[in-house]
Amino acid sequence: MEVLSFLADGVLLALEPINIMLILIGVTVGLFIGAMPGLGSVNGVAILLPITFLVPPGSAIIFLAAIYYGAMYGGAISSVTLGIPGASTAVATTFDGRPLALQGRASLALVTAAIASFVGGTVATVFFTLFAPLLANLALSFGPPEIFALMLLAFATFVGLGGDDIPKTIFSICFGLVLATVGFDTISGEPRLVLFEIDGFLRGIGFIVLAIGVYGIGEMLWTIVETRGEITTTNPKMTAKGLAADTKEAVKRGWKGTTIGSFLGFFVGVLPAAGATPGSLMSYGVAKMISKRPEEYGSGSPDGVAAPEAANNSASTGAMLPMLTLGIPGSPTTAILLGGMVIWGLTPGPRLFVDESEFVWGLIGSFYISNVASLLINLAFIPLFVWMLRMPFTILAPLIFVLSIIGGFAAARSMHDIWLIVIFGLGAFFMRKFDYPLAPAVLAIVLGPIAEPTLRQSLLLSSGDPSIFFTRPIAAPITIIAIILILLPAFKLLRRKRELVEG
Amino acid sequence: MKLTKRLFLGLAASTAMAALPVTAMAEDWSPKRPIDFTIMAGPGGGADQIARFVQSVVEANDMTTRPLVPTNRGGGSGAEALLHMKDARDADHTIMVTLNSFYTTPIRQEALGVDIETFTPITMMGVDPFVLWVHKDSGITTFEQYIEQVRAMDGEFVMGGTGSGQEDSIVIAFMSGAYGLDIKYIPYDGGGAVAKDLAGKQIMATVNNPAEAKGFYEAGEFVPLLAFSDERMPAYPDVPTMKEKGHDFSYYNQRAIVGAPGMSDEAADYYRQVFNAVYEGDAWQGYLTSESLSPLPMNEAETRAYWTTQVENHRELLSALGGES
Repeated sequence: MEVLSFLADGVLLALEPINIMLILIGVTVGLFIGAMPGLGSVNGVAILLPITFLVPPGSAIIFLAAIYYGAMYGGAISSVTLGIPGASTAVATTFDGRPLALQGRASLALVTAAIASFVGGTVATVFFTLFAPLLANLALSFGPPEIFALMLLAFATFVGLGGDDIPKTIFSICFGLVLATVGFDTISGEPRLVLFEIDGFLRGIGFIVLAIGVYGIGEMLWTIVETRGEITTTNPKMTAKGLAADTKEAVKRGWKGTTIGSFLGFFVGVLPAAGATPGSLMSYGVAKMISKRPEEYGSGSPDGVAAPEAANNSASTGAMLPMLTLGIPGSPTTAILLGGMVIWGLTPGPRLFVDESEFVWGLIGSFYISNVASLLINLAFIPLFVWMLRMPFTILAPLIFVLSIIGGFAAARSMHDIWLIVIFGLGAFFMRKFDYPLAPAVLAIVLGPIAEPTLRQSLLLSSGDPSIFFTRPIAAPITIIAIILILLPAFKLLRRKRELVEG
Repeated sequence: MKLTKRLFLGLAASTAMAALPVTAMAEDWSPKRPIDFTIMAGPGGGADQIARFVQSVVEANDMTTRPLVPTNRGGGSGAEALLHMKDARDADHTIMVTLNSFYTTPIRQEALGVDIETFTPITMMGVDPFVLWVHKDSGITTFEQYIEQVRAMDGEFVMGGTGSGQEDSIVIAFMSGAYGLDIKYIPYDGGGAVAKDLAGKQIMATVNNPAEAKGFYEAGEFVPLLAFSDERMPAYPDVPTMKEKGHDFSYYNQRAIVGAPGMSDEAADYYRQVFNAVYEGDAWQGYLTSESLSPLPMNEAETRAYWTTQVENHRELLSALGGES
């Protein structure tokens, strides 16, 4: 096995003292950057890119990849403890992570997140090692119609879930889609929905702004109103024994989500244009859909934490694949890594595996090491994060508010975003009050900017003929499955009505 | 985090990593606070790569007394960045890396009220030529075959690009006009996505900067047919130019550093000294060669004259484009 000998060399390279040191620093820095609301791997990698001039390229990319990984682990921390997504990739983690924390099971949520992340990252790395060239070809075979079909499938997982009120879910999706169209239209190059002619809307509505508004501010308001400030989370205690018990429970109750997230996340991550955020949201949707107890999701299911967390790590490894093999970034963070590679004098693209095999395999080797390091460092810090939760809510609420505002500002340094966060926070509070589900709106604003241009590109390709989604070999089955999933609840409803009439 | 960064930068300064001599800045003016380094495009594109490269060189050699803080303001084809510059509260600490939306966006959107001729020229880092590419599996190896193929397909020949009014669409529009071609044009949101879909044969040809297609070219996947440069490019000596084909047309992406309108002369001089040093350094010269950028050094007066002609040219090109579609 030629691959194995390359891999062995790569792992040895990653284990050199300087690289090990960089991995440990990178993972720790990434963990805290990821845990800071608003700051994600993109910011971390961009800020630290210039200093990588100090070390050889092989070590530099290992360092940056370690930050990327660390941030994926860290994103879950504030999602669980504060209910504010630490990074856009960790939004889905709040869905179940936050309820678990409120039940006093923060440590279970964090342990589940850490283990799921580890499994997701490792599964993806194994795939990466074995099938890189094959998967690169797969990524290339996804043109606009295929990507659109996949986006349709993602929406379908959220509509067809059952349980939630379907008209309200659809309303929520449409609301998100409208917000997603604000700003510049790729296809016509014209500005759209520049509300009140405020220049800030030219940039569009950033996803992280919406997520912080909805989950940071909105969640805080909700908690204040619901509990009148007298929230009592059962005092979480952290002992070695407790940690072991949590680990056992995390494995037992989170393995399904982890499995789904690991595979789906990787697959979505490999496709350029998608990235870790859609990957984690889709994994959550699929995990909920095929679960025997979907009603548990949203009220504290370990599977609901495991699926998005496994997926975002898996997807971030996946996103490296088109970057290395094709020179095309699969996510915003890999776009910056790609820039870094050019700065170091490497040409990303099909020749990289051949011309710079030491660089590539050193990086792949470092994925394995980074994953182990992230898991251990993360587990070591969990007691600290859980301890934060013991603060009374009267102190925590202002803290959440301040962190939300700072996090929102950090992303683009614009006051415009701060106002949006406040508005979204209030809006989310009222939507919740009237029982509208928020997750579909969040999903729509992530997927909308991918779905809309690919739909229009596909129709341009086919001169306006929608059959393009049913005639291409990869697009067709995906589209058909998506449509069935969307229609499924309607069929169920019809049958129930008929039964009622007949009964 | 800040602390870590500073620590590392300190190390950077102290190690003998310097690819450039650290220019002594004994002047009246120096920055008093961090310098706003606006990038006219989103993360990952050509302009972003260049901005981060330049920032790294400046940081690694400790060339400014206050750090450059890069911020992507790519919204609205650079409209966001242009407005940010126009309304800069502190013109002496606000600079920007440009591409050609510097010219096109104010023309396309007069409502912005941006007049780029009021901006302050700092340093022209180089210009990026455009090349016409096809996939090797298309069997097309010359520009003539390409023309033949496009005509034969009668409106079904698909090209991808970064959107109407963007650099490549201007080139494609010129080519279509000159040869009477009917091309189906699919807009994408970045040069990377365009290159990927050419590699996956979702589209049949593109007009891209060499930097964006280089990886696939070296792997033998992409075939360059025609360069839109004034002369043949050193890295692609066998590729003919549009000029050789008898059309007086060339088109480049401007890679320049500019200052906010109303920047003081002292501050402008300071930045010119910094970025001219970056320009002359080995790191940047190496980048120009490896990414096939052409040098185009200009002083302040020359840059202003260049801007005036570019604005005029773009106004004509865009009105031609608007008339056709």
